[in-house]
Amino acid sequence: MENKTLYTITVFSENTVGLLNQITIIFTRRRLNIETLSVSPSAIEGIHKFTITAFSDPDTVEKVVKQIDKRVGIIKAYCNVNEGLVHQEIAMYKVATDRLLQLGSIEDIVSRYNAHVVEMTGDFTVFSKTGHYADTQAMFKELSERVGVLQFVRSGRVAITREKVERLSDMLAVMEEKVKRDQLPDQ
Amino acid sequence: MSEKQITGSEALMRSLISEGVDTIFGYPGGAIMPVFDALYDYKKQLRHVLVRHEQGATHAAQGYARVSGRTGVVLITSGPGATNTITGVADAMIDSTPIVVIAGQVTSSLLGTDAFQEIDLVGITQPVTKWAYQIRSAEDVAWAVARAFHIASTGRPGPVVLDFAKDAQINRIEYRPQKVTHIRSYIPVPEPDESAIAEAARIINGAKKPLALVGQGVIIGNVEKELLAFLNKADIPAGSTILGLSALPSDEPLNVGMLGMHGNIAPNLKTNECDVLIAIGMRFDDRVTGDLKTYARQARIIHFDIDPSEINKNVKTTVAVLGDAKETLAAVTRLLKENRHTEWRDSFKPLYDTEMERVVKSELYPVEGPVKMGELVNRVTEATGNDAIMVTDVGQNQMMAVRYFKYNRTRSVVTSGGLGTMGFGLPAAIGAKIGAPDRTVCLFVGDGGLQMTVQELGTIMQSGVEVKIILMNNSYLGMVRQWQELFHGKRYSETPMLNPDFVKIAEAYRIPGRKVTERADLDAAIAEMLDVKGSYLLEVVVEKKGMVYPMTPAGTCVTNIMLGDE
Repeated sequence: MENKTLYTITVFSENTVGLLNQITIIFTRRRLNIETLSVSPSAIEGIHKFTITAFSDPDTVEKVVKQIDKRVGIIKAYCNVNEGLVHQEIAMYKVATDRLLQLGSIEDIVSRYNAHVVEMTGDFTVFSKTGHYADTQAMFKELSERVGVLQFVRSGRVAITREKVERLSDMLAVMEEKVKRDQLPDQ
Repeated sequence: MSEKQITGSEALMRSLISEGVDTIFGYPGGAIMPVFDALYDYKKQLRHVLVRHEQGATHAAQGYARVSGRTGVVLITSGPGATNTITGVADAMIDSTPIVVIAGQVTSSLLGTDAFQEIDLVGITQPVTKWAYQIRSAEDVAWAVARAFHIASTGRPGPVVLDFAKDAQINRIEYRPQKVTHIRSYIPVPEPDESAIAEAARIINGAKKPLALVGQGVIIGNVEKELLAFLNKADIPAGSTILGLSALPSDEPLNVGMLGMHGNIAPNLKTNECDVLIAIGMRFDDRVTGDLKTYARQARIIHFDIDPSEINKNVKTTVAVLGDAKETLAAVTRLLKENRHTEWRDSFKPLYDTEMERVVKSELYPVEGPVKMGELVNRVTEATGNDAIMVTDVGQNQMMAVRYFKYNRTRSVVTSGGLGTMGFGLPAAIGAKIGAPDRTVCLFVGDGGLQMTVQELGTIMQSGVEVKIILMNNSYLGMVRQWQELFHGKRYSETPMLNPDFVKIAEAYRIPGRKVTERADLDAAIAEMLDVKGSYLLEVVVEKKGMVYPMTPAGTCVTNIMLGDE
């Protein structure tokens, strides 16, 4: 992983079967390991958003992004380094309630990590926390050492760019303009 | 059920006809039978060429597409029928050839159950197609076919696979023809950037030693005229990739020959001397560039391409001119000043003389010894008046053919460039003849490659297609043998071939032929081949250990050229 930066690749696509495979095979060809992956509907109906992180060098990631971008079904792909992004991951932690209560105050953990109690029963308590990898990992470490963690899960990264413009809406506007100009119906 | 309703299979027939299709290369089987049944009623509009193996269908469709500029169509069954097309699909992908492969698939309720002859064709072909889509309902047919042809043929062309479930072939629907001319998530031609055009023109106007590299994009985009106007106005010599051959006529004074591993000395050496390198519709393949670290480092590089992902992929460009070269090249030409580079162009001349003296003369005009491969190619091209379509297989036969065949017109070369598919030649030649029925099609093939798809002689017999097959028989897998001689201490591991009697094989398929071993018989045999109406097999026993020179060993500098006489 030396000399490699963590890139966040954002992909907007049609919501059709098989697109994830088309994206991942482009990583596979260049032997890039996907660190995190998050897929969900975007704000625009019918368009899905992929947020993918991978360690790479700038040259390779540029080629990968272009090769993703050119696939039919992909509307736009671009990439950023951390500095250009506001990004978060969400983590959930399940611990045994009786062991947790032995700590005395749980408010301390909740407030220090800005975490939430999602569910608490006599048997178990589930916390959730959003933040960067290092933050969610730090809470995991502390809970593991002091209480023991029964289950732990962390989502892929989601990210928003720091730029003023929303790239996709701009792109869609340009495309719609072009369609109008060509006097052709969108299908 | 309404009278107007038709089956998905019939909808496919009508959709193909509405896309202007008149020829299909195919092979029936279980999961595509309803379509072949529908085809029975459409025989007049849709000529079906029955191949002998599904791989042959794809290569034939490629040959058809390459010479005609139209989209080639393949119709095959599911499972093994579909997997047999993968080589051709991959070949079409890497060589940007528009083909649409329509494969049968098991009925949709059985999908995912390992049903008989089921394979995940969409999953398998996604890495090697522009688009792969499964048609699961008859309603989808018109839309999917229209979209498939739009995607395959526009922008940078490529293969599309339609995986057609059997129930969708059988179910009945109201058919309405569709046209697709726009897809939101697909931009076939990027918008040209005026500033890039101006910058490219500015750099070319200032160039003292410009060199153009012509790729297949020029042929695909019908940019031949614009290219010639561009080169003439600024007096720019142009080398060509293998797939770009015939974009410029062989006798065009600005055509300085072929690039790459076995290309001409002049354009390869001059790549590392020019001050401005202008790449047009080519992709800096490693067989052209050799070692990228030493490739054209002194030059400013202008790259015309329709595919943004090709920019900076292998070679860092100074200016990228994206768009359809038919427009962008013409736009740049308008901004060029008339120019002459006499001294620069004259500097190519001694390099031709060197190549002629040290390589070409002995290859084309030997006076004794066995027949040489280059000599054979040269005699065939002369006998056809340099007007034939040349199809090749892969290996030494291919390199000799592309080095020495000559062209008067464009779309005269059909060869497997990027994938280097042995066995490509014979089926591709069949497709080429069907795509360009008025032209003579000469296939150069080796004894190895011919045996990879030799069953397609049956296709020739049944369809009556006229292909002139020139078999260069050296009883070796020649190109591998050449590398073994040069780089593996002459250890000829598994390259000698014990071959059958090829003329007898042709005869069994009712194809006349003749075996020539003597130089003296060559011209008469070639004349006989060209005079015969119909296909012909000319087997020529060539030098056993012939070598293709010049040669730049893989991964080395383009100037590191071996001439074979050191």
